[in-house]
Amino acid sequence: MIISIASGKGGTGKTTVATNLALSIGSNVQLLDCDVEQPNAHLFIHPVFDRTETVTTPVPEIDMDKCTLCGKCGEICEFKAIVVVGETVLPFEELCHSCGGCMAVCPEDAITEKGRELGVLQKGHHNGIEFIHGKLRVGEAMSPPLIKEVLSYRDAAKLTIVDAPPGTSCPVIETMKPADFVLLVTEPTPFGLNDLKLAVGATKILDIPCGLVINRSDMGDEKVKAYAADENLPILMEIPFNRRIAEAYSRGDMIVDVMPEWKAKFLDLYDRIKILVKNE
Amino acid sequence: MKELIVISGKGGTGKTSLMAAFSSLVENKVLCDADVDAADLHLIMDPAVVRRTEFQSGNTAAINKDLCTECGLCREMCRWDAISAAYEVNSIDCEGCGVCVHFCPDKAIDFPENTCGEWFVSDTRFGPMVHARLGIAEENSGKLVTLVRQEARKLAEEKKLGLILTDGPPGVGCPVIASIGGASAVLIVTEPTVSGKHDMERVAQLSAHFKIPAMICVNKFDLNLELTRDIENYAEKKGITCLGRIPFDPIFTKAMIQVQTVFEYNGKSTVGHEIKKIWKRLSDNLEL
Repeated sequence: MIISIASGKGGTGKTTVATNLALSIGSNVQLLDCDVEQPNAHLFIHPVFDRTETVTTPVPEIDMDKCTLCGKCGEICEFKAIVVVGETVLPFEELCHSCGGCMAVCPEDAITEKGRELGVLQKGHHNGIEFIHGKLRVGEAMSPPLIKEVLSYRDAAKLTIVDAPPGTSCPVIETMKPADFVLLVTEPTPFGLNDLKLAVGATKILDIPCGLVINRSDMGDEKVKAYAADENLPILMEIPFNRRIAEAYSRGDMIVDVMPEWKAKFLDLYDRIKILVKNE
Repeated sequence: MKELIVISGKGGTGKTSLMAAFSSLVENKVLCDADVDAADLHLIMDPAVVRRTEFQSGNTAAINKDLCTECGLCREMCRWDAISAAYEVNSIDCEGCGVCVHFCPDKAIDFPENTCGEWFVSDTRFGPMVHARLGIAEENSGKLVTLVRQEARKLAEEKKLGLILTDGPPGVGCPVIASIGGASAVLIVTEPTVSGKHDMERVAQLSAHFKIPAMICVNKFDLNLELTRDIENYAEKKGITCLGRIPFDPIFTKAMIQVQTVFEYNGKSTVGHEIKKIWKRLSDNLEL
């Protein structure tokens, strides 16, 4: 089973829920941090990394001995990532979406592909939890191929918990796509509700069941609950504001370590998700 | 013309609430929400939309079943596995590269332009505002960010306003890169948590990479004094101006619920006092 943990709004507690859930379950579980722009889960899980690999995306390389400057590569490219200028061909690697169109269309077979570095993927483990995350190179704009690479490590024999990036555009959709269930972490504030509605919209487009965790559940108003009732969205857990939790989080400590009574609550959350997925 | 972008690296550190507070401290500016993916500034600004424009960008393949002979070439060439065995294009998976459109021997694939969202020019009680809404699951957020920034600049020039105050997106990827390029400065709003510090460092590296001067302030500083000092030490080492600290206070949430800035909610709060000091340093620094 794959559970993606998403939110719409940033800073609502996705990583807190993902890491504490993984740690509570403890065995036969993998945690994939797909917030490759700002991966944070490792700061809480403290995995021992045993593998680091560079992740690349294919971009065109032109053999000017073969090129006749016909310009077909520039015509097919929807992203203006390759263009014939004077006596040469200029690829703009950062704009390239790696579709392979220029290579396929070139009548002279003058185009091959090479890898352009997007970032790194690291694989490790901690107390029986398999941990994988991607880290986008600072200055790099193209995150979805790196997210796909992290997701390719999912293991059907294990429970896969995926920590998603904030928002509702391509990186988030990429992260939600393979999920059996999307757990949306929100806060009971106008910003939280506005962005929750967007995230719920994304799960509807993808047709994936979802449920809510309301974090800092006593710091705000009742409108998230009213919305959940209207939309028939199950509220699976509430985490009240607690300065001890906030301070533990600030240090990188886990809720289930600081307040062990929360372990049962996270296990209960997992049980409720399992039932919802089974009934789908 | 000065353009300040408020960013954070990590989401939820208080960018938008702080941005709203700043907007009541300075005259003669245009407000801009560049977090088009999950825009929230309008929830405090309560804008009256003056002009609404569709945002069109990119294309999606669509197979015309009457012409398709199911030869399979499109499925073979598509690198996104976006075409099903029944020859239907999954518009979410389609990257809009047009390779299938080009190579289809039966010319059976259409390639209509996408409407990905809309953008607005509005009036607010704090002046004009340019903002946008990217459709859910849509691409090209970077292009929409670039567009709202351009429109904010046009509006500022038209109205002869000297400052653009922009609420940026979280992260360090495409929308953030589109938000900060060419700006006068960025303000990084961070929090003293291990993730806040980690994400602040990455976004500070990004600003340095694009040679944008950076300033920093620490929100909820009293949650972890040691980390607050670590963050400020890091900033000083990197030549990032520290503007100040804001204590943890539920006033931000309370004000947000009332559709108010923290100053409107309570004119005499400690938080408000600290924000005024931060704004003073910021405007001296930007020579406003």
